[in-house]
Amino acid sequence: MGKKMMRRIVSSFFSLVALVVMVFFLSRLTGDPAALFLPIDATQEMLDQFRELHGLNDPLIQQFGRYVWDVLHLDFGDSIRKARPAIEVVLESFTWTLQLALITIALVTALAITIGSIAAFRPGGLFDRFVSLVSLVGASAPDFWIAIVGIVIFSITFGWVPTSGTGTVWHWILPVAVLFIRPFGLILQVVRGSMLTAFGSAYVKTARAKGVGNRSIIFVHTLRNAMLPVITVIGDQAAAMLNGAVVVETIFGFPGVGKLMIDSILQRDFNVILAAIMVTALAIFVMNLLIDIAYALLDPRLRT
Amino acid sequence: MAEHLLEVRNLSVQFHTAGSTVHAVRNISWHLDRGETLAILGESGSGKSVSASAIMNLIDMPPGEITSGEVIFAGRDLLAMSDDERRAINGKRIAMIFQDPLSHLNPVFTVGWQIIEVMRIHGVSADAARARALDLLTRVGIPAPETAMRKYPHQFSGGQRQRLMIAMALALKPDIVIADEPTTALDVTVQAEVLALLGELQKETGLGLLLITHDLGVVADIADRVVVMNAGEIVETGTPDEVYHNPKHPYTRKLISAAPGRGEMHEPNATGEPLLKVENLCKSYGSFTALNGVSFTLQPGETMAVVGESGSGKSTLARALLRLDEADSGHAYWKGRDLLKMPAKELYQLRRQLQMVFQDPTQSLNPRMTVYQLISEAWVIHPEILPKAQWRARVEELLTQVGLSPVHAERYPHQFSGGQRQRIAIARALALRPDLIVCDEAVSALDVSIQAQVIALLDKLRRELGIAFIFIAHDLPVVRDFADHVMVMQAGECVEVGTVRQIFENPQRDYTRRLLDAGLDPDPRVQAARRMPSARVGAEVG
Amino acid sequence: MTMSSTLPSTQISTKQRGKAHVLLGMLWRDKFAFFAAIFLIIAVLCALFGPILLREAAVAQNLRARNLAPFTVDRGWLFLLGADALGRPLLARIVVAAQNTLMIAAGAVVCSGVVGALLGLVAGYASERVSNVIMRLADVIMSFPSLLLAVIVLYMLAPSVGNIVIVLAVTRIPVYLRTTRAEVLEIRQRMFVQAAKVMGASSLRIVFRHILPMVVPTLVTIATLDFAFVMLAESSLSFLGIGIQPPEVTWGLMVAQGKQYLTNAWWLAFWPGLAIILTTLSLNLLSNWMRVALDPAQRWRLEIGGRKNG
Repeated sequence: MGKKMMRRIVSSFFSLVALVVMVFFLSRLTGDPAALFLPIDATQEMLDQFRELHGLNDPLIQQFGRYVWDVLHLDFGDSIRKARPAIEVVLESFTWTLQLALITIALVTALAITIGSIAAFRPGGLFDRFVSLVSLVGASAPDFWIAIVGIVIFSITFGWVPTSGTGTVWHWILPVAVLFIRPFGLILQVVRGSMLTAFGSAYVKTARAKGVGNRSIIFVHTLRNAMLPVITVIGDQAAAMLNGAVVVETIFGFPGVGKLMIDSILQRDFNVILAAIMVTALAIFVMNLLIDIAYALLDPRLRT
Repeated sequence: MAEHLLEVRNLSVQFHTAGSTVHAVRNISWHLDRGETLAILGESGSGKSVSASAIMNLIDMPPGEITSGEVIFAGRDLLAMSDDERRAINGKRIAMIFQDPLSHLNPVFTVGWQIIEVMRIHGVSADAARARALDLLTRVGIPAPETAMRKYPHQFSGGQRQRLMIAMALALKPDIVIADEPTTALDVTVQAEVLALLGELQKETGLGLLLITHDLGVVADIADRVVVMNAGEIVETGTPDEVYHNPKHPYTRKLISAAPGRGEMHEPNATGEPLLKVENLCKSYGSFTALNGVSFTLQPGETMAVVGESGSGKSTLARALLRLDEADSGHAYWKGRDLLKMPAKELYQLRRQLQMVFQDPTQSLNPRMTVYQLISEAWVIHPEILPKAQWRARVEELLTQVGLSPVHAERYPHQFSGGQRQRIAIARALALRPDLIVCDEAVSALDVSIQAQVIALLDKLRRELGIAFIFIAHDLPVVRDFADHVMVMQAGECVEVGTVRQIFENPQRDYTRRLLDAGLDPDPRVQAARRMPSARVGAEVG
Repeated sequence: MTMSSTLPSTQISTKQRGKAHVLLGMLWRDKFAFFAAIFLIIAVLCALFGPILLREAAVAQNLRARNLAPFTVDRGWLFLLGADALGRPLLARIVVAAQNTLMIAAGAVVCSGVVGALLGLVAGYASERVSNVIMRLADVIMSFPSLLLAVIVLYMLAPSVGNIVIVLAVTRIPVYLRTTRAEVLEIRQRMFVQAAKVMGASSLRIVFRHILPMVVPTLVTIATLDFAFVMLAESSLSFLGIGIQPPEVTWGLMVAQGKQYLTNAWWLAFWPGLAIILTTLSLNLLSNWMRVALDPAQRWRLEIGGRKNG
């Protein structure tokens, strides 16, 4: 691994640390945690008791030290709603979100890259124009609306798939399909643009002069070169999904981390929110690492 | 008439662009025989590369269109073949070497893979291809071939990359190799080596070599016959000797007379207070030493040429003197004041007296500003030079001075040709009435005939306005015509300084001599005499 | 070049008119982009004048027209798209809602664009240390789930129009910041910037006279694309119930309100959703067109037809 990579890893780790600090000060700046944690009609006595119990009367720096210590131990206290450690609750939902994100991103990546590459090979052709339009519509559609239309058509009218829950394979079809559409449109366009640039590059000329066939030019010579910008977008999209597909999870009653966060906010379950933010941030940190490694694997120039 | 190895007959190619049609080549015919080197000579836009692209099926259609002609190879018309048939020929029987090997090699695959690939496509077994690739790397002079196979293109030097391209082209012992400006991006000494290698390999294998170039020197050095092209047409054909010594077409005559390096040499004699006195200038980037103790003096109105190969530190010197980069140590006394230590305010005043003209005028002119805005920006920055009411008149005066017309003031840079753009850049530098202009490779991106005109312009300015120049170049003949003094640089150090006559006629150092020897003379007779006997070892025909 | 003898001032004005003409010609050439532009103009007109003309009709409850099906004209053309659960005409409500929807998105895009571009210019041209601090801040914003950030902030503050604009703008700043910085880093190495430096130009002059004009086309293209993104984000917030609160109305809120009637009145959620999708699609199409039209290396594709008219 090169120097450049190490620097990127260190800097994204720094971002993670900054996030931890920011969350603490945001929660103190925006008001009295006691008022946030307790119901609105809490008595002064309850507030005092809460403050005493959680050390909110200590100096800020001491509170901060305790907070960092807890974060390092992944100890975020108990969930108020579920009366279990918040981290357990979050990890449980996160597993669901992770599955959903992995399945969707795998599908999106495979299809967008294949279709986008073929479309770029004959720019302006019928296939290319059709694909471009479909991807544009896909990238423009609000996911909650697609979810609703999907439910009306496939669940209510035809009754093919269930409207919500997670029991069977059938439960996964609509959420995955809805989540699929926007990233697919976006990534397809990036693949197409990147491949177009790659087809115009000098080494493709060399390949043609060597007698390399079209299929090999697309899938061997150019694809790997064109992948760098594509990987960046895939990373951004995957990050968005790991944060929890809030809207889709809410509509389909999918017990992922996005729905958990919304529910926790509405019910003032702050320990869970904190744990959820940290877990997703850590997941995104790990994913950025994977993306950096993918960069280095794809392009030898980035290895030094 | 015996059958030729390759024959192009009446080829016409058009490109359809923005509402108009460009005739890239019109009705051109030429042929190539076994064991022969044919050069196609032409300036940019002459269409010299188009027939090669047609032969290799590299013309994108649309926007390109082949409107007439045939390309006969082995008794068949290539243009009438299917794509599959042509793929079977490309790389196996006709191979190609390109200019700028860095961008023409795929950056993400090892060079071993890329050389082996061409053989695998055309049916060679994996083991045989690997063995052959190793042989080839050894043959073209790549050190440690086993390790080199596993390396990527960016890990080689420019000259080595071109050797790799040559190895790839020769992998299947083709009948024809097409080399499109194979040495243009390379240093002179490396150019000489690559041309020598091509010559040797041709003798070994008896292939027909088609060489596309803009350089009379390359033609003189290596070609058996030459085809001169201008504006899409062939204007003249013959042996290099005939064409050089007895050109028939006016364009050829113009091209030959524009070749630099045959004028009178300057005899500088100025004495007194120097304009610029550089002492012990040093600059490093990390562990790389770009400048190491460079010293020289420059008298007012004189020209100091700085020559050297890429990486010699000559551009770093310019950037340090103009304070675009800060030098690590040393002094540069401008009229007695050390300009390297000037505070911002004094530096701002110095900018008026010390100007620069860059290599590529396309890059150095802001594309969104008109010529008037570009030139008058000098007075926006230094308002004390000229009251605003006189700006327009002065811009028109400057444009006339550099050989453009006052009506050009409202146009944008992209509406001009390369040579005209460089004139605009010069007018901009003159707007500040400087005492010294630093020219960083200011003419090397231009065609030979344009180059001659720009040099003539600079020479006129020197005589009329008494401006001193630091003239950075890699092209020795240009320097010979223009400079008073020459400084030869290598690896950040000054190898030798002297008057232009001392350097060219009586060089003291080996490196200077090697640099001078590696240069190619446009006269085939002179070049044949200069050719080092060791570089042309005939080997058995493979 | 017959213009060369006329006065410079007239020359410039004809040139500008010519430019607008060429641009229109290029727009006409790309039919998708042309209709996208027309649709957007209509949407903007709705946003400007809709509330003045149709506010009354949009809030008037009409119990006999509850969940009225679309495509009936006997109650007047305002009921063409049907009516909602309180019998209010959907068409009128969509036209009125255009104002909030577009205003929030436009406000957020302008704020994030200006702030992001300025920070990007600083990050790209200032010393490495300043640049690093700005970039790390952007990283933190990026690593924070943007929708969640919006949810938290809006939950603590009131979900008013102003707050929503600020929240959406903050989450989008990194997009402009990164693009601007990347472009500045590239452009500042270009020779014409070096040439300006050699002439003695100040940093301010270099940044605003030489660098910014080169970045603007990219920024405009991104802003168009981002307008669509921000609209979707705002709709999602409204849909989750933490965006605009009734009686104010946006398209996203209309979809949310229609959700509970999915089984018997699909049109309540369908039409406002369609309005969103058509607007974002138009913005995407226009952004694609701009990418070509503003790139001198590619614009010939669109100029081929423009020449004939001009």
